[in-house]
Amino acid sequence: MPKVPGLVKGLGVTFRTMLRPAVTVQYPHEKEAPPTRARGVIALLEENCTVCMLCARSCPDWCIYIEGHKEKAPPRREGGKPRTVAKLDRFDIDYALCMYCGICVDVCPFDAMFWTPEYEYSEPRIADLLHDKERLAEWMETVPENEAYEGGSDQKPKKIPRPTV
Amino acid sequence: MTLALELAYWQQTTIKALIVLVMVPTATAIIVQTFLFKVMAHMQSRLGPMEAGPHGSMQLLADGAKFLQKEIVAPARADKFVFGMAPVVVLISTFLVWVIIPAGPNAIVADFGVGIFFALAVSSLSTIGVLMAGWASANKYALIGGLRAAGQLIAYELPLVLAVVGVVIQAGTMSMQGIITAQHEGEIFGVGLIGNPYALTQFVGLAIFLVAVQAELTQTPFDMPVAESELVAGYQVEYSGLQFLFFYIGEFGTAFAFSAIAATMFLGGWTLPFVELDSGWMHLLGPVVLFAKTMFIAFLIFWFRFTYPRFREDQLQTFAWKYLIPISLVNILATAVLKVVF
Repeated sequence: MPKVPGLVKGLGVTFRTMLRPAVTVQYPHEKEAPPTRARGVIALLEENCTVCMLCARSCPDWCIYIEGHKEKAPPRREGGKPRTVAKLDRFDIDYALCMYCGICVDVCPFDAMFWTPEYEYSEPRIADLLHDKERLAEWMETVPENEAYEGGSDQKPKKIPRPTV
Repeated sequence: MTLALELAYWQQTTIKALIVLVMVPTATAIIVQTFLFKVMAHMQSRLGPMEAGPHGSMQLLADGAKFLQKEIVAPARADKFVFGMAPVVVLISTFLVWVIIPAGPNAIVADFGVGIFFALAVSSLSTIGVLMAGWASANKYALIGGLRAAGQLIAYELPLVLAVVGVVIQAGTMSMQGIITAQHEGEIFGVGLIGNPYALTQFVGLAIFLVAVQAELTQTPFDMPVAESELVAGYQVEYSGLQFLFFYIGEFGTAFAFSAIAATMFLGGWTLPFVELDSGWMHLLGPVVLFAKTMFIAFLIFWFRFTYPRFREDQLQTFAWKYLIPISLVNILATAVLKVVF
């Protein structure tokens, strides 16, 4: 008998839930807006990448493939020595392996990788989940600007670098 | 006002049998669609099926078509004949319960003098079907499930019958139409304004009846026989396709039938207060009134189902033998005493 109030309360909970509108989002017909910092897919800003391989080495799944070479570039000032710059030949992320831990984004010292909340990139063939550097660069335009800090802080949120070309 | 149509006995019987044959799957469909798909979904803050037809209302056609396509598989070591007969036995028990449910002054297949007793007797036939299924499947989960089901159905048959006895004492008859008439013309301590729906005077009996029905139908708090997380699906584990569908129709067809019986015995069945029993309107209105009351009782059953978690096996037996049966015996005693006094 001491359990009866709890039993009645339980009935009340289910009854009230029934009268409230359901939380379901009818996905293909209507889309859910994910939070700004949701981990949907990783975008690559190629011009910031120095082929340092930190992301590829820190990836727990080994799903980032990087190849690059050194190139001579014209000197910055007249009469200077030609510079050596790293050029990216290949930058692939295999989303069939990726577990969305975000360590690569955290570890990148040059701000070349960003999270974007896009999530609609499923493929009928598993091999197509390997995004090459052109595909990863396309995601750049979906990267949202950082949200303002919470009240009381006069720090400005960091601006997201955008491709210059 | 009578129809100028005289039918031979065999013609009447055929028509009645056909109506029951159509009504049972229809009622099952209504119960499953309304409660299992939609009410359950909304109680869990979901929408349920939405794609097939407007608001998923055609979902059962899709499901039924799917079941019909499936191959009927029997395990190699199963007792093939018993295995095949088990769903049929369960289904027959469901069909027989429907025989005594009155939906209007004349809309009843057979108004037996022992009506409610007949319903409870044939409904316990399904225990045999469940035991047959559990034994013939040659599967340990099915066997455990079948034994649990037998233990549970026998334990809760008693409070079910004892709860009905109170009503029978008060009405002085076991015939379903008799019980309805007694409620419509009855008086509560001399006040006969709305008749005497036994939900008011036999509320203890109604509560016990609802709990026992919940257990008889193996709906959740009492679903140990089909507990999917421990027994996979109990006695249903080896059944596929049409045979599984038979068990399904048996379960929810009986749910509708028991809701209708509860509506008849405790809520006055197809009658409405203030409307004369022999009014011609009741021939038309009766089935609608009965349907509304039945859906109300069915809502209660499924509301409990969607709210409570499963009992443990020993808690289930304790609940029946130590609480429900003594309470219903006291209820019978009190009813009998009051019947003699007033």
